[in-house]
Amino acid sequence: MTTGTMTMTKDAILKVEHLSMKFGGLMAINDFSFEAKRGEITALIGPNGAGKTTVFNCITGFYKPTMGMITLSRDNGKEFLLERLRDFEINKVAGVSRTFQNIRLFSGLTVLENLLVAQHNVLMKASGFTILGLLGLPTYKNAAKAAIEKAQYWLEMADLVDRADDPAGDLSYGAQRRLEIARAMCTGPELLCLDEPAAGLNPKESLTLNTLLRAIRDQGTSLLLIEHDMSVVMEISDHVVVLEYGQKISDGTPDHVKNDPKVIAAYLGVEDDEVEEIEEKLDKGIIEEGTV
Amino acid sequence: MAYTTENNQSGQMAKAIKEGIFAGLIAFGMFLLFVGIETYQDINNQLVWRTRWGLLAVFVAVAAIGRFVTVGFIKPHLDSRKLAKAKSGVLEISDEKGFFRTHFLKIALIFLLCYPFLAMLIFGRQGSLKYVDNFGIQILIYVMLAWGLNIVVGLAGLLDLGYVAFYAVGAYSYALLSAHFGFSFWLLLPMAGILAALWGIILGFPVLRLRGDYLAIVTLAFGEIIRLVLINWTDVTRGTFGISGIEKATFFGIWSFDAGTPNNFAKAWGLPTSSVYYKMFLFYIILALCMLTAYVTIRLRRMPIGRAWEALREDEIACRSLGINTVTTKLTAFATGAMFGGFAGSFFAARQGFVSPESFVFLESAVILAIVVLGGMGSLTGIAIAAVVMVGGTELLREMEFLKHVFGPDFTPELYRMLLFGLAMIIVMLFKPRGFVGTREPTAFLKERKAVSGSFTKEGHG
Repeated sequence: MTTGTMTMTKDAILKVEHLSMKFGGLMAINDFSFEAKRGEITALIGPNGAGKTTVFNCITGFYKPTMGMITLSRDNGKEFLLERLRDFEINKVAGVSRTFQNIRLFSGLTVLENLLVAQHNVLMKASGFTILGLLGLPTYKNAAKAAIEKAQYWLEMADLVDRADDPAGDLSYGAQRRLEIARAMCTGPELLCLDEPAAGLNPKESLTLNTLLRAIRDQGTSLLLIEHDMSVVMEISDHVVVLEYGQKISDGTPDHVKNDPKVIAAYLGVEDDEVEEIEEKLDKGIIEEGTV
Repeated sequence: MAYTTENNQSGQMAKAIKEGIFAGLIAFGMFLLFVGIETYQDINNQLVWRTRWGLLAVFVAVAAIGRFVTVGFIKPHLDSRKLAKAKSGVLEISDEKGFFRTHFLKIALIFLLCYPFLAMLIFGRQGSLKYVDNFGIQILIYVMLAWGLNIVVGLAGLLDLGYVAFYAVGAYSYALLSAHFGFSFWLLLPMAGILAALWGIILGFPVLRLRGDYLAIVTLAFGEIIRLVLINWTDVTRGTFGISGIEKATFFGIWSFDAGTPNNFAKAWGLPTSSVYYKMFLFYIILALCMLTAYVTIRLRRMPIGRAWEALREDEIACRSLGINTVTTKLTAFATGAMFGGFAGSFFAARQGFVSPESFVFLESAVILAIVVLGGMGSLTGIAIAAVVMVGGTELLREMEFLKHVFGPDFTPELYRMLLFGLAMIIVMLFKPRGFVGTREPTAFLKERKAVSGSFTKEGHG
């Protein structure tokens, strides 16, 4: 892959190359490549069933891709091939955390506990894998205190301080979305993957979400998000990748994508006589990519 | 029934009468041949039959009146109460607690510490044996087992139907190692725990991929395998004969409880010879073991590993996305639970002086699991109460001699144990579907510690 990297000043945190995912006879993702730049918000959009969540699941280790390479380079220069890591290592070692389309909180634990669970690996080390912690050594106590402080910070960011001691299942939908993001951030990720963070939010909640996501980006965490809500995508993303039927049809700035005829065709549909024309273009695009 | 107007009340009555008559009819149809007619053999060995209309009438009347009362009075009453509760917005957690409830744990602990002496004071030296041994020790063993299983089922949400296997591993490790190598109780107690934990890990590895029902079935099979090995590996375990003459626990090697030894406890203290001292000693050992289990569980819950267990119960996929190694997390839960099972097992062997595969049947696993579920998964207090009710209740049944006057001299109340057990479980589950203590104590808090209502916690999917 050489597309674009030369012109960009920022380096890529995530590089997806020739990703393919087959479910039986169905090619959900077909030779899909894109890059997410460090410190940017990259959005992955596309019509329903385009394969966005499948791409996500491949990146975050919930699926093993049939083909392709997913490279993550951390701030310290280390590179990881995500498709070779075990599912939990993608977060633990490579620093990629994610949220889910259908919120997955620990509903029986309190909001604070949710954020503490997210700091499992740090605390585990500090507690000497439980043994030293059981003996009540100060290292663990200090780490536990620091963990609560970190949790508190993210509670403030997500505007959830007042609900800290309530069960997560008791929160409103919007608050649960924010908590899930806060929980993902508590793992200290370098890349945060959000699967439709604005789904089901009202316009006001959507706005707060935008602020939260921008704040996360400004702290130095790169974001990759799937979104249907164009007001969110066009508002906050620095880079948009459009997926249709498992293939990339457009890639660029929000403005570029907005005016791309292939994208418009994918979302709005086209007249019959235009189809051939569009398909031709589409084919060309794929051929270009395949030969690189 | 969200509406309660006059009109509706009379409608309710009519409905109750109708349903009552209907229930009576069904009962009549069902019992006509079973109860109404009885066949027996006369002196000539001929089969003759006689009718029992009176008894049949009683059955029908019970069904009809029971249904009438339930539909007409009990159900509207319960519904209106539920409605009032929902209207006032009071959840099941009440903020105000009495002195007894706030200090329940301290009171219970003090009572337990005094219990053997109290029993001796009230019932005399020999009379207290039954209370210390059959009630005290027996209940505490189950408390400990249930608390151990609670780590696996209640915290980590892994349904384990073969928990008794670890109990057996503990008991047999003590019995065999003590018989062959002459190790003492105090050395073998931790060893039994470690061996059981090891078996927990061995079981854990293959079954960790399984979830829910599948996990339950495999653990069930594992429990049976251990039992069958114990039965069939006669060279080592002496099969169904079991191992007898297991060495008793000593008072940390200082005093022995074997009659006739020079350092006999009673002799050393100038007390009259009795087995009650040994039982009292055992009582305190198992009490201490229970306290250890509770302490470790409470501490572990506040550790990252304990939180990970509970998170695993709530949502395994989310756990993985947060970088938690679910395999090792599950394994530690299995091993920790198994370790306490092993402790309890070695204690059991020392107490009985005899182990055989008979003691480790599936029913035991089921009883322990029932105690955990009944007590409220994850709640130590609730589980202890459930153990007292279940095991103590069973023991009480043996004491109910007066029932013989009611049901005739052939009536043995303990045979109805399982029937009552099931009935009690259904009743508790109807009224307290989350067990005696359905709420969950959070492990950390920012401003105030609020109990989490049981309606938010999940049971886990394996």
